[in-house]
Amino acid sequence: MMEREGKRVFTNARWCKGCGICVAFCPQGVLGLVKQKIRILEPEKCTRCGLCEMRCPDYAIWLDVDEEWSGAATEGGAAK
Amino acid sequence: MASRLIETYMREERLPHIWCAGCGHGILMRDVALAIDDLKLDKKDVVIVSGIGCSSRAAGYMNFDTLHTTHGRAIAFATGIKMAKPHLKIVVITGDGDATAIGGNHLIHAARRNIDMTVVVFNNNIYGMTGGQFSPTTPTGDFATTAPYGSIDPDFDIPRLAEAAGATYTARGTAYHVPQTVKLIENAIAHEGFSLVECVSVCPTYYGRKNKKGDAVEMLKWQRDNAVPVSKARSMSAEELKGKIVYGELSRCERPEYTKEYDKIIAAAGGAKA
Amino acid sequence: MTQVMQEAKTARKHRRALLQGNEAVVEGALAAGMRFFAGYPITPSTEIAEGCALKLPRVGGKFIQMEDELASMAAVIGASVAGVKSMTATSGPGFSLKQENIGFAALAEIPCVVVDVQRSGPSTGLPTSPSQGDYMQARWGTHGDHPVIAVSPWSVQEAYSETIRCFNLAEEYRVPVILLMDEIVGHMREGIELFEPEEIKLFDRLTKADPEQASMPYDIVPREQVPRITPFGEGVFYNITGLIHDNWGFPTNSPVKANRQCTRIMKKVENNLGDIEKYESYRLDDAQVCVVSFGGTARSARAAVDAARLDEFRVGMFRPVTVWPFPEEALAKICDQVEHIVVAELNYGQMKLEVERVAAGRCEVHHIGKVNGTILKPGEIYKKIREVAR
Repeated sequence: MMEREGKRVFTNARWCKGCGICVAFCPQGVLGLVKQKIRILEPEKCTRCGLCEMRCPDYAIWLDVDEEWSGAATEGGAAK
Repeated sequence: MASRLIETYMREERLPHIWCAGCGHGILMRDVALAIDDLKLDKKDVVIVSGIGCSSRAAGYMNFDTLHTTHGRAIAFATGIKMAKPHLKIVVITGDGDATAIGGNHLIHAARRNIDMTVVVFNNNIYGMTGGQFSPTTPTGDFATTAPYGSIDPDFDIPRLAEAAGATYTARGTAYHVPQTVKLIENAIAHEGFSLVECVSVCPTYYGRKNKKGDAVEMLKWQRDNAVPVSKARSMSAEELKGKIVYGELSRCERPEYTKEYDKIIAAAGGAKA
Repeated sequence: MTQVMQEAKTARKHRRALLQGNEAVVEGALAAGMRFFAGYPITPSTEIAEGCALKLPRVGGKFIQMEDELASMAAVIGASVAGVKSMTATSGPGFSLKQENIGFAALAEIPCVVVDVQRSGPSTGLPTSPSQGDYMQARWGTHGDHPVIAVSPWSVQEAYSETIRCFNLAEEYRVPVILLMDEIVGHMREGIELFEPEEIKLFDRLTKADPEQASMPYDIVPREQVPRITPFGEGVFYNITGLIHDNWGFPTNSPVKANRQCTRIMKKVENNLGDIEKYESYRLDDAQVCVVSFGGTARSARAAVDAARLDEFRVGMFRPVTVWPFPEEALAKICDQVEHIVVAELNYGQMKLEVERVAAGRCEVHHIGKVNGTILKPGEIYKKIREVAR
């Protein structure tokens, strides 16, 4: 499994097709769909396991190092 | 914006891809990219070849030299590339219909030659691009637009077919089992000779809907609950294995590789290496 | 380009060899730099595969016997994509099977040479007998509008030199080129002159050195008509597809882009007819009757013309060497001059359709042909000449 330290979840809603795979397989219930698009609902629960990235067929969610990491997953990689 | 893996190995400007919501092919295409990344191959030395069908659209999204060929012929095109430039690593991305129906002849003969290439079959058990006709891997009894009363055709076991034809590495992964499938593709690419990895995909749009298998999540959960690692499968009876997917490395052996053998012919004929 | 040999050196003494047409094709291909051959055995072309199997490894090239005709055509395109000059050879049934991938080569603009040694058809037909029944298949065999160049030699010498020219045309225009042989020329033995390597003019496809430019294998460099393509394995990372594509090789549904690419691939041949066309006019100066014939049949036609001339018939011959695109401008001039044209070909009238189209009523067009597996004899053509000239 990938290195978790210093990482957070990024999303790209433009690529999300709303299949719900990441939501269903997130062990912590971090994710949800809002209007058929990925949304990080409970960022504080994220353990950065990377299962969402692994099974997203559309590459719309992933973990990456956040330079300004604050210890939790935050919304909207695309805005960064 | 995308992950570093996607930025490195995919043509970001071509994304999002055309595959349906929940299509397993997206997961599998990422598996291929991850396997290439893990092997630290020079992108310059990798060529992606594909045929026709949903699976074969992968070539257009992957940032390598990519050749999207005619229906069924990807392996034959790939054979020409490999013969011309044997140092290239060839990954053929194909589908169940492309590889085992219209392209079945090329599959078995490339396996027989043991020419060094890796065939990754995205098996979604259906012809998706044309709207859901049964394929050589649609399970007997399942429904498709051309099997409205249920298919009477027995289905292929693709790795066994390839192994019997002479493939020196065969394996099966699934869309659900990502790390395992990545490792299998990695092993296949690293293997010298003809290797094949069947990747059981999910097609919620056609196969799933037609056969009441639920949505993509349900289909992936089915894979999770019904896939058996090959180590465990060895101690299970045929009855117990019915309806299960056996995943893992299925066969591996060493046999002279075709382009290396041809180099010997060149040497024997007195020709300088091309 | 039309002349394969450097003009200045034609006077020198050449190596002579007694070769079969099929063997001469192998010699020509090797001289042109062909280093990959993929094929499948089929009469009457098999000697080409056999010759390549023997001779390619001697020059570091490669031969592969594929599992079928479709695979051979595919492998040839694959090797060419990797930058190696490639060829396959077949006959009618195999030519039919190759057609889909010939269309791929036409659309994806991959240079390659396809030899079709014609035998009697349809279907399995008369496998060991000559025919010219694939004339239209050479032009329209694959689906969709596409450019094609087809060349038909009438002698073993020409089988050799025209094979070299086929490779040059394929490389220069990025098209599949059909060497439309027939069993007569394929299996006939003649003494021929082989050229020295330094006297052969070769054209190798142009490439783009700049990776940014090279990623557009369908974009034309200013003042050129054919886009340059860089082989796979050079780190360019571009896409090739049989779908209608944009300048980068990516699929597009845009009617504007589709029109631009489809028109361009047709125009690159149409705009260069002067370079691509090749034909021979024989004793036509004062002719009232012109025999139009090509390939092996043209040998009988010339003998018939000579015999008829002895009997004071004003007759000559027009022989297209490049049979596609059809040399219509040259023939049109003849149509204005003669009263009758006799098209002599081993089929029920395929080139005749082209001749009629070009003649457009300016002269009478007659036909002599057969499909029973035997050749047209000079006497038969002579009889036809006498009949129309009476």
